[in-house]
Amino acid sequence: MRTDRSKDLGPCLPMEGDDRIVCRCEEVTQGEIRQAVHDGMFTMTEIRRYLRCGMGLCQGQTCSRLVSGIVARELGIRPGELRPASSRAPMRPLEMSIWANECQAPDGAAETKKGGAGDEKC
Amino acid sequence: MRSADVVICGAGVIGCAAAYYLAKKGKSVIVIDADEAIGNGGSSRNGGGVRQSGRDVRELPLAMYGIRSLWPTLSEELGTDVEYVQKGNLRLGKTEKHRQILQGLTDRSTACGLDVKMIDKDQVRQINPYLSDEVICASWCPTDGHANPLKTTLGYFRAARKLGAVFLTGEKVLRLRKEKGALRYVETDADTYLCETAIVACGYESRQILDSVGIDVPLTKDLIEALVTEMEPEMFPQMLGTADADFYGHQTRHGSFVFGGSAGYDRENRDFGHLAVYGNTAPAICRATLRWIPRLKDAKIVRTWAGYEDICADGVPVISKIDEVPGLIAACGFTGHGFGISPAVGTCLAELACGEKTSVDLSALRYDRFRSCV
Ligand SMILES: Cc1cc2nc3c(=O)[nH]c(=O)nc-3n(C[C@H](O)[C@H](O)[C@H](O)COP(=O)(O)OP(=O)(O)OC[C@H]3O[C@@H](n4cnc5c(N)ncnc54)[C@H](O)[C@@H]3O)c2cc1C
Repeated sequence: MRTDRSKDLGPCLPMEGDDRIVCRCEEVTQGEIRQAVHDGMFTMTEIRRYLRCGMGLCQGQTCSRLVSGIVARELGIRPGELRPASSRAPMRPLEMSIWANECQAPDGAAETKKGGAGDEKC
Repeated sequence: MRSADVVICGAGVIGCAAAYYLAKKGKSVIVIDADEAIGNGGSSRNGGGVRQSGRDVRELPLAMYGIRSLWPTLSEELGTDVEYVQKGNLRLGKTEKHRQILQGLTDRSTACGLDVKMIDKDQVRQINPYLSDEVICASWCPTDGHANPLKTTLGYFRAARKLGAVFLTGEKVLRLRKEKGALRYVETDADTYLCETAIVACGYESRQILDSVGIDVPLTKDLIEALVTEMEPEMFPQMLGTADADFYGHQTRHGSFVFGGSAGYDRENRDFGHLAVYGNTAPAICRATLRWIPRLKDAKIVRTWAGYEDICADGVPVISKIDEVPGLIAACGFTGHGFGISPAVGTCLAELACGEKTSVDLSALRYDRFRSCV
């Protein structure tokens, strides 16, 4: 949906519950979420990246509906109009040593293809 | 029809940084991005490396300028904590061949005045005691580091918006149009915009937009992957890379580790519209992590993702005015290392758009440098 980020939301006045923690994994409050919307973060994806809410151990499974309710209210839209941030693998946190066993080249042979030579992707 | 001094196509970290520095100079700016979210391309998917070592000498001056003059104060400048950490970059080697690669990179960088040197096994161990015993050497650049790409991109957006820059998301730029030989209009799927200058910073998609005024930049794209662990106790602050460039990562301020690597299928990776990660890659990144940092074997991964890198034929970006189309500026082809130089690139783009001398000489990054190989 086409959105102008200069849309006037009015002033971000203090509200009851602003110091209540909404995302428990990353300890993000209602007030921080409201302020982020007023700073231009109009999508769930941006809110998550800006504040880390939904990026903790539960990956937003607990708080994402609460967060979208707060964001929608600030924007004056229905929560259903907000696209949820992407869910991504793995479904549950997974140890490196376990995932490392997947898709190995046979008998410890060198993995088939390899990256570049000296020009780092970072 | 809306108009602005400068229309920027693409709200990645490059477009957002350019918008910020232009707005700060008092220019009216409209930034247009096809995606619903700001910075949803490579800019929110990268490894956060802010390094000079290992860079091509043509873009090294941009990296050095940014690290000397812009990164150290960026959090205060933007009013957003970008989590910049300047604790060095270790580029690791396990074999004699690795040593040769690292020595070559080091020699070329020191010739440009960069403080980077080769160190041996014991010196590596002193800087980072958690690395595998198999590490025999590294290049060490103490002024390199890392930052949070999500906060940096959105921080530039927030600060530019505060200064009055207009951001339109979910609107796709289709083509550019000239009037009397000079760039005048940017056409999207929703509207047409009138401007003095247009900056095209759309990653790989820049190629098609530039083509609408007859300019071709030789770009391709690879889909590469990264992952992040849960919060771990503080271990080491350096950015890590390898001689073969097949693995990189760091521990974030938050405590999680971000690692990237490859199973060798970057070009064949799938894109079914939601950047699906390839089943082979996360396990390959895990194996690489365990080979370089065995201590992390029990660290749990909470998330994986993929992102495009826009690859330029000769490995460095195009950051350039286009002579044939006065008013047009291209900034694309960052080839997987555009985040670290983004503050310097944004600064120079604003200077180019204002007709000023750029803080860094960009002549090696012109759009017309590509010559036939035969
Ligand atoms: C996994 C991964 C790891 C990386 N690690 C590092 C690292 O450690 N250090 C480093 O320096 N770099 C790294 N990079 C590279 C870095 O992320 C990029 O070079 C940088 O983000 C480029 O920024 P950009 O603004 O040019 O591109 P992008 O962020 O891709 O922005 C381009 C924007 O253009 C928009 N767009 C596309 N087409 C259109 C259109 N037609 N109309 C309007 N908008 C359009 C897109 O939606 C997008 O928002 C990495 C990249 C990846 C994928």
